[in-house]
Amino acid sequence: MVDLALTENLVAHTRVAVLRRFGRSDSRFRGLTLAAALLVVAIFIGIMISLIGGSWLALSTFGFGFLTSTAWNPVTEKFGAGAAIYGTLVSSALAMIIAVPLGIGIAIFLTELCPRALKRPIGTAIELLAGIPSIIYGIWGLFIFAPYFQQHVQPWLIDFFGNVPLLQDLFAGPPYGIGMFTASLILSIMILPFISAVTRDVFETVPTALKESAYSLGCTTWEVMWRIVLPFARSGVVGGAMLALGRALGETMAVTFVIGNAHRINESLFAPATTISATIANEFTEALGDLYVSSLIAIGLILFGITFIVLASAQIMLRSLERRAGGRAS
Amino acid sequence: MNRAIYARRRLVNRTFLTLSVAAAGIGILALALILGALLLNGVAGLSPTLFTLDTPAPGSVGGLANAIAGSLLMSSMAVLIGTPIGILAGTYLAEYGRHSWLAFIVRFVNDILLSAPSILIGLFIYELLVVRMGHFSAWAGMAALAVIVIPVVVRTTENMLLLVPNTLREAAASIGAPRAISIRAVTWRAARAGIVTGVLLAIARISGETAPLLFTALNNQFWSTNLNAPMASLPAMIFTFANSAYDDWHRLAWAGALLITLAVLTLSIVARFLESRQR
Repeated sequence: MVDLALTENLVAHTRVAVLRRFGRSDSRFRGLTLAAALLVVAIFIGIMISLIGGSWLALSTFGFGFLTSTAWNPVTEKFGAGAAIYGTLVSSALAMIIAVPLGIGIAIFLTELCPRALKRPIGTAIELLAGIPSIIYGIWGLFIFAPYFQQHVQPWLIDFFGNVPLLQDLFAGPPYGIGMFTASLILSIMILPFISAVTRDVFETVPTALKESAYSLGCTTWEVMWRIVLPFARSGVVGGAMLALGRALGETMAVTFVIGNAHRINESLFAPATTISATIANEFTEALGDLYVSSLIAIGLILFGITFIVLASAQIMLRSLERRAGGRAS
Repeated sequence: MNRAIYARRRLVNRTFLTLSVAAAGIGILALALILGALLLNGVAGLSPTLFTLDTPAPGSVGGLANAIAGSLLMSSMAVLIGTPIGILAGTYLAEYGRHSWLAFIVRFVNDILLSAPSILIGLFIYELLVVRMGHFSAWAGMAALAVIVIPVVVRTTENMLLLVPNTLREAAASIGAPRAISIRAVTWRAARAGIVTGVLLAIARISGETAPLLFTALNNQFWSTNLNAPMASLPAMIFTFANSAYDDWHRLAWAGALLITLAVLTLSIVARFLESRQR
């Protein structure tokens, strides 16, 4: 009797101890995951602080003029972000003009036209394009694409647009091979898979009944895509395009190889130019003097600001879509 | 009149559908051209000495041994540092945070980091480590790569944990398993293939990263295992060699490019296979 009570007491005791231990390890594990999650936020804030801190010298020296000035002279220590911002925006915009229609075209092909057996292999092949590291695009662009472009395409384009007003200025000058246009073409190949993957995914969320009712009214495939599917999937397509734009704006290695690195704003798309990331990649390790380094970090801060806005709006669009899709499912 | 409209609509339809087939063709052609050029130029540079000799001075015989070793070392360390953090943070988002405002912020920031320009991560580590230590180092390179690993792992871990059916969690709770044990022994195990996918994708992502290494680990022409000194890496070596004026350096750059691409494509195909099994 006494023995039994003692054992029971002991069991209860150990049970309490075990439960307490469980509780402790539970809260420790929870704390650990929370700390890791907070670290992600800390990294983000750290990037922001280090960019602002590093660019302080340049921004306080040049003021707001830094944004628009196109001077970039390490000798006289006069720096401005104008040419780099221009190159970044123009090369990305051009890449988008090429890649968005192509990406949507690929998505249409994959969802509507492609034979079922080929769907996966072709889809995978396009997505593999996204996996190829940007330095590979760079070396391919420099050694293979640019020389070919210079010899076979550029002279023809220059001749062709030679007498067309407006366009003759865009496609003017000697065919260097490298330059803004080449960089944009390479960029467009790189971001193509991002656009087509997101677009295909949202195309597949379009209710079949909607498409079928359009077909039953006698719409052609194209009319269904253009009037029904695309409007329905609009925010997803725009979100995917923004995501791709974010990539294009910050793309470094591929662009560095083929853009020519000239701090000039030139009307002609065939002329060498530069982007923010290409400038940093090329000049950072060789930059002498605090002001030079600080100016490079300052254009990095500008790039951070631009990509943040683009990526944040991409997320907002894709999130709202997710919520819509989730809402329908439940 | 009606017939004209029909003909026009049919023409428009056919034109645009042809264009979309052409778009897919362009995409595949681009992939084929890039892979073809890599094989054609890269295979010429492949030789046993590629893996045994260090990077040469222009004109002499050499390989990429130091760059390969540097890349392997820095990437694996970055994965070792970044993976646990990424898995834990992803676990917080999927298991504890879910709909809290903190989880919302972490998710938002993580997705920005996922697509943020990697060169900015290089600048961040430069300010954080290189400036303070006073010199470039392999440590800084690892840190920069680890910062790239984390968001990739967080994203896939969260997605894969959310695929685990709630009944499994409830079953674990019903037999009295505390939350931490149920997560580690049940949810993680159920999502293992998916989490491994994330890690593989992260490795694929960093093995080609160049920009964040340029001013953290810098580069090194010689064999070095000193983590406190600049270290060579394949991508940085390709950048240097491709921009040089020497043909033998160009050959090595192509060989290095082929190695990286083979590694990355293999990893992403294995990851894709694992992911389809998880779903």
